[in-house]
Amino acid sequence: MSTIQRSDVPHEVVDPAFAETPKIANTPASRFTSAAANYIDERTSISAVVKEFGRKIFPDHWSFMLGEVALYSFIVILLTGTFLTFFFQASMAEVTYDGTYLPLKGIDMSAAMNSTLHISFDIRGGLLMRQVHHWAALLFVASIGLHMLRIFFTGAFRKPRELNWVIGFVLFILAMAEGFTGYSLPDDLLSGNGLRIIDGLVKGLPVIGTWTSYLLFGGEFPGTEIVGRLYTLHILLLPAILVAALGVHLLLLVINKHTQFAGPGKTNDNVVGVPIMPVFAAKAGGFFFIVFGVIVLMASFFTINPIWEYGPYDPSPISAGTQPDWYIGFADGALRLVPSNWGFMIGPWTFSLNIVAPVVVLGLFIVVVLIYPFVEGWVTGDKREHHIADRPRNAPTRTAIGAAGVTFYAVLWAAASSDLIATHFGLSIEGVIRSLQILLIVGPIIAYQAAKRVSLALQKKDREIALHGYESGRIVRLPGGEYIEVHEQLSDYERWRLLSFEDYKPLMLRPDAKGRISAGQRTRALLSNWFFEDRIAPVSATELEQSHGDHGAVEAGEGHAVESGH
Amino acid sequence: MAHDASSGKDTAATSSGLDVGSVGTAIEPSTVGHAEADGGLAVITTDTFTNPGLPPTRMRATDLDPKKARNAQRAVYTLFYLSIAGSIFALAAYMAFPISDDLNSIRLNTVFLGLGITLALMGIGLGAVHWAKTLMSDEEGEDIRHPVRSNDATRTAAVQIFDEANKESGFGRRTLIRNSLIGALVAFPLPAVILFRGLAPEYNNPAALLETTMWKTGTRLTLDPSGLPVKASDVTIGSAFHIIPEGLNDVPDRLEQKAKAAVLLMRVNVADLTISPGRETWNYDGIVAYSKICTHVGCPVALFEQQTHHLLCPCHQSTFDVNNECAVIFGPAKRPLPQLPITVDGEGYLIAQSDFTQPVGPSFWERS
Repeated sequence: MSTIQRSDVPHEVVDPAFAETPKIANTPASRFTSAAANYIDERTSISAVVKEFGRKIFPDHWSFMLGEVALYSFIVILLTGTFLTFFFQASMAEVTYDGTYLPLKGIDMSAAMNSTLHISFDIRGGLLMRQVHHWAALLFVASIGLHMLRIFFTGAFRKPRELNWVIGFVLFILAMAEGFTGYSLPDDLLSGNGLRIIDGLVKGLPVIGTWTSYLLFGGEFPGTEIVGRLYTLHILLLPAILVAALGVHLLLLVINKHTQFAGPGKTNDNVVGVPIMPVFAAKAGGFFFIVFGVIVLMASFFTINPIWEYGPYDPSPISAGTQPDWYIGFADGALRLVPSNWGFMIGPWTFSLNIVAPVVVLGLFIVVVLIYPFVEGWVTGDKREHHIADRPRNAPTRTAIGAAGVTFYAVLWAAASSDLIATHFGLSIEGVIRSLQILLIVGPIIAYQAAKRVSLALQKKDREIALHGYESGRIVRLPGGEYIEVHEQLSDYERWRLLSFEDYKPLMLRPDAKGRISAGQRTRALLSNWFFEDRIAPVSATELEQSHGDHGAVEAGEGHAVESGH
Repeated sequence: MAHDASSGKDTAATSSGLDVGSVGTAIEPSTVGHAEADGGLAVITTDTFTNPGLPPTRMRATDLDPKKARNAQRAVYTLFYLSIAGSIFALAAYMAFPISDDLNSIRLNTVFLGLGITLALMGIGLGAVHWAKTLMSDEEGEDIRHPVRSNDATRTAAVQIFDEANKESGFGRRTLIRNSLIGALVAFPLPAVILFRGLAPEYNNPAALLETTMWKTGTRLTLDPSGLPVKASDVTIGSAFHIIPEGLNDVPDRLEQKAKAAVLLMRVNVADLTISPGRETWNYDGIVAYSKICTHVGCPVALFEQQTHHLLCPCHQSTFDVNNECAVIFGPAKRPLPQLPITVDGEGYLIAQSDFTQPVGPSFWERS
């Protein structure tokens, strides 16, 4: 980093604002600005930062906004959450409700529930802030999820961004943890039942379960400790970790620079886009206010988490159709899909397979998500940096794996609403659960195959268009009487966008220097065959030249370019 | 790592004999000429197109037509003024719509305050974005990427610093010091771990606590939540009652006790009941009492289907057959709901014969 060179003699200090922008009129306002800039720079070297980052280029694409939505909703959460802490009492001490909401008057509840009702019904704007906080939280997790999907399907996790994928994944887990701890704070009936499920889940864990639950709840469930403990996690520990991880996430974003989609003028060695100052700053800053505004609009009109309708927590009552917040749905669904009577005894001990199985399945699922970049990196053996985001079709197997994962998650998620699906569509709950159990296994396989075939078909289409142009709709009669449709060629710009992508081939096994083939290489060959067996080779320059030779041929080149398995 | 700065051809050729280069062997020359790493299974071909370069910038309507630009300018400052109006509206709404005992006042307060804030935020947001899209230069710039990897000189310098630090401290040489330090660092957090034992009371064994509930011989079955005792004669066939033990409302740990002792009371036709040996006397004339706490993860099994005599847990849809001692007939639960043996006392009120004969609620490791 270069800093502005300054003389050591104080009297000779050159005002950098004047030095760099001589054209600015010498008005009182500009004199003040430059004096202020000078004051700050002499104490902070801030000019160096502005010089380094002020015109930093950010590429533009709608899908790049998903991460921004996550960041902005998090800021909204911080702002509204701070407001709520001024009124919320994280205590399970029993009080008798004596507030504005008549149906609950005289009912015993915890101070947490009481203060939440107080925020909702007695403080002007309190309900609005609560609802902004909750809607923003739902949006936060949702946008992180979509952001991750964007990263996954465009291969933006490849070198050098694997570690940032891991940090982003940690942020996703933290966001869900923040969501769950916050959801439980009001100590209402619905969140209390959520905690009861956590308690039951924890108790079902082998060996450590009973003690873990006992320590977590400070005695027997529900105890009088859990809300206070979750509060500390929710407003202190988890946000601190989250902010730190977010800082590293953004720092790595700056260091690695943003990916961009393939396009004319874009290479793996440049970033094309708008500079931070002024365009990106205006767009991104404006977008923050739009996200904030949309959340406030939702909070103004749509009730979220009406705890006054649920009442205070009591282990006995419950309402039908209970639903967790959406992001916990997949875990709740996993619990629901376990067949009856899973569990057995090991000597005197109870092994709750109906708990352990879904915990292990979900654990494996998130571990696969976590390590996927490293697996793909190992299979391809590609040690180069990748800054051009893939179009999903150009990485068919990855896209198919992603589609399978999304389907798996979606089935678990749907299972969390199995009872509502049954009642809404007049189906039996048994039928719904059985169907989802089958779908959980079959669905990802179908999605995998479908996504792969669709990707390959789209690649073929791209190839076809690149080689032979697109149908112009203009019919011409040839001298011999034959009618043909004229194909228009793509412009160089459009063709480049279609054709510049990475192409890989399966690993061909060869013995190493000692004449052996290691098990690792065998596995890698197997995996690489799975990944790249079906591939559509990109159009080469020679091919294009040849196709231009027999201009007008419509049906050529359908099969010869497709290479199939070795 | 192959980071030879010569031509890409060499790099590909040294790529450890992998299946590259059946088509070609050279990596597309890098535009900035920095080192290229191993491409692995990537197919490197020379037979490619050249990047046509950035397309010419398209002029926007506001670039070409000063009138359009003036309109855009007007739109932007109107939006910013609207934002100010929104803020003032929110301030006014705060005062104009106070909260009273009327619930509708909360709705009005929320909606109008919210609308004002929305307008204040959206005015700024839309104004700024519109400004950027129509009036600010939309000419794209280009930054050159540099490899994330530090250059060799920097890396050598970093290694040297570690080397020097190692030499100056003797960290690598004085192994006894180093290993004892590592040992100390591993050991020092242990006291912090043990401190967390204090999270729950020290005099109890959690597994033992789960074995018993408030029910004792002779405890009356009372209604949840009123605590009024129930006469056997009040329980008609097909009816169901939510039950708590007598005195539950007066104990200090009411919720903890209730989380174990909650019971569902139902009366079915005695002839329909399948009763296993030893439980013949546990029902009273077809009146049966079962733990209401699901054996799956502890939700209250609160839904009684009168026609089928099934109990359904609304959380995860575990279904229990009352006629068959609450055996699991569907859903993820493993064990039947424990039955509370009941009878009547001299006054005809339903009482418990004893506590549950097995732990209620979710399964746990120590449960035998």
